[in-house]
Amino acid sequence: MSETSSSSTAITGAEIFCRSLQAEGVDVVFGYPGGAVLHIYDALYRQDKVSHVLVRHEQGAVHAAEGYAKSSDKPGVALVTSGPGATNAITGIADAYMDSVPLVVFTGQVPTSLIGNDAFQEVDTVGITRPCVKHNFLVKDVKDLATTIKKAFYVATTGRPGPVVVDIPKDVTAASCEFEYPESIHMRSYNPTFGGYTGQIDKAVDLILSAKQPMIYTGGGVILGRGSEALTEFTRKLGYPITNTLMGLGGYPASDKQFLGMLGMHGTYEANMAMHHADVLIAIGARFDDRVTGNIEKFCPHAKIVHVDVDPSSISKNVKVDVPIVGEVEPVLRELIKALDAANAKPDPAALDAWWKQIREWQSQDCLKYDRESELIKPQYVVQKFWELTQGDAFVTSDVGQHQMWAAQFYGFDKPNRWINSGGLGTMGVGLPFAMGVQFAHPDATVGCITGEASIQMCIQELSTCYQYQLPIKILNLNNRYLGMVRQWQEFFYQGRYAMSYMDALPDFVKLAEAYGHVGMRIDKPGDVEGAIKEALAQKERLVFLDFLTDQSENVYPMIPAGAGQNEMILV
Amino acid sequence: MRHIISVLLENESGALSRVAGLFSARGYNIESLTVAPTDDPSLSRMTIVTSGSDEIVEQITKQLNKLVDVIKLLDMTAHPHIEREMALVKVRVGEAADREEVKRLTDIFRGRIIDVTQQTYVIEITGEGSKLDAFLEAVSPFPVLEVVRSGVMGIARGDVALQL
Repeated sequence: MSETSSSSTAITGAEIFCRSLQAEGVDVVFGYPGGAVLHIYDALYRQDKVSHVLVRHEQGAVHAAEGYAKSSDKPGVALVTSGPGATNAITGIADAYMDSVPLVVFTGQVPTSLIGNDAFQEVDTVGITRPCVKHNFLVKDVKDLATTIKKAFYVATTGRPGPVVVDIPKDVTAASCEFEYPESIHMRSYNPTFGGYTGQIDKAVDLILSAKQPMIYTGGGVILGRGSEALTEFTRKLGYPITNTLMGLGGYPASDKQFLGMLGMHGTYEANMAMHHADVLIAIGARFDDRVTGNIEKFCPHAKIVHVDVDPSSISKNVKVDVPIVGEVEPVLRELIKALDAANAKPDPAALDAWWKQIREWQSQDCLKYDRESELIKPQYVVQKFWELTQGDAFVTSDVGQHQMWAAQFYGFDKPNRWINSGGLGTMGVGLPFAMGVQFAHPDATVGCITGEASIQMCIQELSTCYQYQLPIKILNLNNRYLGMVRQWQEFFYQGRYAMSYMDALPDFVKLAEAYGHVGMRIDKPGDVEGAIKEALAQKERLVFLDFLTDQSENVYPMIPAGAGQNEMILV
Repeated sequence: MRHIISVLLENESGALSRVAGLFSARGYNIESLTVAPTDDPSLSRMTIVTSGSDEIVEQITKQLNKLVDVIKLLDMTAHPHIEREMALVKVRVGEAADREEVKRLTDIFRGRIIDVTQQTYVIEITGEGSKLDAFLEAVSPFPVLEVVRSGVMGIARGDVALQL
């Protein structure tokens, strides 16, 4: 056995922790020290294989680990202390659960002798995280530590990925035993599915080839399941139109002519109309979220549905499907491609022509148009310029709100793992720590954080972390002095009563950025947008905070109001 | 429709709360839940009585299967099966005539009197829930001091077996 995976002399739990992480190939841990994890911090200090990034709030640690995982093919790792450390991490854990992010979160716990005694900084971490983790563990004996860590990484990264919490009492990190890291793990109760059933694949192919008005609808599962290339091959082979969910952007190249843009509440007119009129829907790694389906009663009323998903409970959860295929996206797509090649039939070319003609007509609505002559900065324009100037090759994180939707609509993602946002939980404050995680995973890449003045303030203390590690992130703050999406809903559905959506008393973001040691720029004229972005991109060494004062009244269009069908969009 | 779902799960602390938490978090109905270790001490067997449409029950079984502690499950409703529940009933029987009558009723329902004092009987009775209901109805003219019911256990008839 290698040096990292066994030791015949007894070592401490804290050392076992470090050696286990090394054995897992972890290169960075995001965390924050505290009493219950001090033995671990001491052990981390005494080794140099796993580096530790000090964040400024535990929420930032977990989001940074998410950003790291979402932009790479490795799980994210976070380390926090007991009690408040663990509770501060909950938002990040819940966020990772909703978006199926492979994550291992280590929480310190009070010594086993004090568990249950309301000890200082004690919280029932296993209990409090149970509803928002894929699985969690409390390690009560140092002898179980290495195996538990192995299980945690295995569960987090296989099947439908997700966050796993490992709660480690302080005395377990102090106790010693011999170290042996298991090379593989078998859990009789956990057997994730890989390939799909052949019978179902054949049924799916028959249905797919019978389509007159087909539509391919894919989600974040394609990216998580590394199925992007296979999806592209599958889609091009068929010549069918394709749409991605918010989480799935980049799973299929946005610049391709078969791509109809994002679907759902703020998706394109053509994508939603094509969904509504489809006779065969091929859903891959997507879970029929309510932001996608709108009113479920009116969703895809004419379509027979094929659904590929690694998680059986996602199938027929919201929408009844005709051909379910449980399996990993990549191998199932390969099977489908093989079966399509073997099939004698081909899609009906005349029907497909007519379908594309109809789709081109919907596209001619130009549903993403906005006023390009305005004297105010249009947020869409900022995103579009950023896309042009980075040639679509940046990693883009976003927070949650109007700017998130504009980022999704106007930054064309041609590659997977480039778009990092909070789709499921919709967590404000994720953008900056996501960007930190991405920058650690890709030190030389351009990382842009498209945010809003309200979102950025929810984790703004992480500007300090960015300074400590000299992360050259570009923050594009689309500052409309409002909780923009809340204001939009209040305008549409509450007769313009802007209750608490006006963000008065904002900080001077330029000075704030400077106070943290970064470069701050304020831009209030459309003519200055391009120059400012260019200048920011030229700054290779430092974080640049671009504070764009944008048109306050701009709304996100098109929009399907909650409760409406996909064919009932509000256009501009 | 009423379903009886039997679950084999790891006999580990927290496993029960994962299952119970799943039901409360997703708004599923639990009518009764019984759990105990099996002949294999590393395994617990749980019987959950729940109700809902086919779609809901399908989701319940899928979500249960998704829990990492759950090893295997079986929806008894899909097979011929036997259900049993136990009740312990404490009845006040001060008068001799009452003692006679309660003894008679207990015999009719094939129950057993397992504790006797000057004033009370404790009766043990097993069977399907409806039988237990009927017994409680029958003894209701007497002052019933206490009733404790176990919740349902189920096992499939014949060759169908929930095992590893």
